[in-house]
Amino acid sequence: MFERTKATLLATLAVIFVASRFSGHIGPYYYDIILSIGINIILATSLNLVNGYTGQFSLGHAGFMSVGAYAAASFTNLALPVLSALKPLGGFLSVSIYFGLALFLGGLAAGMAGLLVGIPSLRLKGDYLAIVTLGFGEIIKVIIENVDAVGGARGLSVDGHYTNLFWVFAMAALTIYVVLNLVNSTYGRGFLTVRDDEIAAEAMGINTTKYKVLAFSVAAGFAGVAGGLYAHDKQFITADGFGFLKSVDIVTMVILGGMGSTWGVVFAASLLTILPEWLRSLADSPLLPHWLGGLLANRMIPYSLLLILLMLLRPQGLFGGINLKRKKA
Amino acid sequence: MSEKEPLLDLRDVTVQFGGLKAVSGFNFSIRHGELAGLIGPNGAGKTTIFNLITGVYKPTSGAILFERKAVAGKKPYLITKRGIARTFQNIRLFGSMTVFDNVRSAFNMHLRHGISHALWRGKGFRAEEVRIDKEAEELLKIFHLEKLRDAACTSLCYGDQRRLEIVRALATRPKLILLDEPAAGMNPTEKTELMELIRFVQEKFEIAVLLVEHDMRVVMGICQRIAVLDYGVKIAEGSAEEVKHDQAVIRAYLGVEDEV
Repeated sequence: MFERTKATLLATLAVIFVASRFSGHIGPYYYDIILSIGINIILATSLNLVNGYTGQFSLGHAGFMSVGAYAAASFTNLALPVLSALKPLGGFLSVSIYFGLALFLGGLAAGMAGLLVGIPSLRLKGDYLAIVTLGFGEIIKVIIENVDAVGGARGLSVDGHYTNLFWVFAMAALTIYVVLNLVNSTYGRGFLTVRDDEIAAEAMGINTTKYKVLAFSVAAGFAGVAGGLYAHDKQFITADGFGFLKSVDIVTMVILGGMGSTWGVVFAASLLTILPEWLRSLADSPLLPHWLGGLLANRMIPYSLLLILLMLLRPQGLFGGINLKRKKA
Repeated sequence: MSEKEPLLDLRDVTVQFGGLKAVSGFNFSIRHGELAGLIGPNGAGKTTIFNLITGVYKPTSGAILFERKAVAGKKPYLITKRGIARTFQNIRLFGSMTVFDNVRSAFNMHLRHGISHALWRGKGFRAEEVRIDKEAEELLKIFHLEKLRDAACTSLCYGDQRRLEIVRALATRPKLILLDEPAAGMNPTEKTELMELIRFVQEKFEIAVLLVEHDMRVVMGICQRIAVLDYGVKIAEGSAEEVKHDQAVIRAYLGVEDEV
């Protein structure tokens, strides 16, 4: 017999698979937005494990995304013989295995990077940790820009357009599954104890360092998967695209949705992906005065206003503090 | 291990912060199932000794043995795993959690399953979660907190929060529980209840208790053996009666008239 969460995941994957068969009917502009929503859901829910559930503050999520993007893209560019070796399995299956491998390697590379950064930096707390992770993001950017093998500052083009609706949302579903199942278990309650009171957690026999590093590397791993999906969608990546502003975007989604509320963060990730597009079309509208349109087209201004309003009206985030789980009798 | 063997043995423990000797040459031991107390005026070093036992500080010299194994300077979570649980002077519950989840979280260190099981959720994992739920519920029932099971722990009244903290510490299945000023901020009725509770914990769970306390009535009323600390030095040790009449103790607490 299948356990409930596993059954839900499988059912969701089946629905996504069927839905993706009809993706040809969606216009390219909307298709692109839908893919972005999925990728942002992966980024935001995984970051929520660190910033929300474990109570650390990471500002380097885009850095891990870039590690995954470059690792997966490099695999695709270098390991085409693998694809031809898989060819006898049939087109669809061989591409799936190949791309799955690329995403896995991207996630693994980013996860390792997360481990590497996490072990020394998670001794710090709050603002200090934020600064260190911010610095890490910049270091990654500079390193990539100076490695000629991955195109340096010119960027890297990716030889395969494998990302589609199914892959993006299957990975998003997997991320949500992992985060929720971790948090809703005695094992994963360790993350929450670290957030609530580190000293008490240690006194309860919980290795807080282990939990912080674990949260950091799991989140980084999923950011890497998101990076791999992004790279195989856009087919051209530059280190600049994974800068500080991208990290801030992801943090904004987590804060808006409510730290430690997975469904709130999923909602916020979707909203903040659609909002700039909507604002852009609004800005072009002839009904608005020119200066207002200009303000709206720059997403950073509405974003900051949204955050200020949120802090004033609902500091716990849109869905923070609301328990969507039904109570067991 | 024989029953006579001390459970916790502090041998000549000294800790120095810069030029200040917070605790010097402290000797004390606690036997299995014993209810011991540690008292002393403000700043005598009681909490420092507490922090030495639980691994927050590392002694400058001397040894701390728990079941004959050295624990001095080990990480706090490892010391808890050895079987020493504690509560805090200023209550430290997991504020975002319910009463039930606070207790459940303390079972974390006994888990047989790891991250892969939590993700895969197989039979073994589910059986273990059910067992933990049951054990946590039983503990809550013993301490009459079962009705507050799903309440946010911060919504509990002060006495209940203290009780919950003790329940949570017991959930780690300790051999020794350290209580840091549990009577702080309590009124006389609550203090009487607390004394009963501590005695109950000692007898029901057959564990040793070390009580650090300011309140003389509580300590004198329940502790089988008491050590008195002043300026980081142990000035007396014995039963409540012995300690009460010890000249050094009276001098430390009340002072003496100048000898003319």
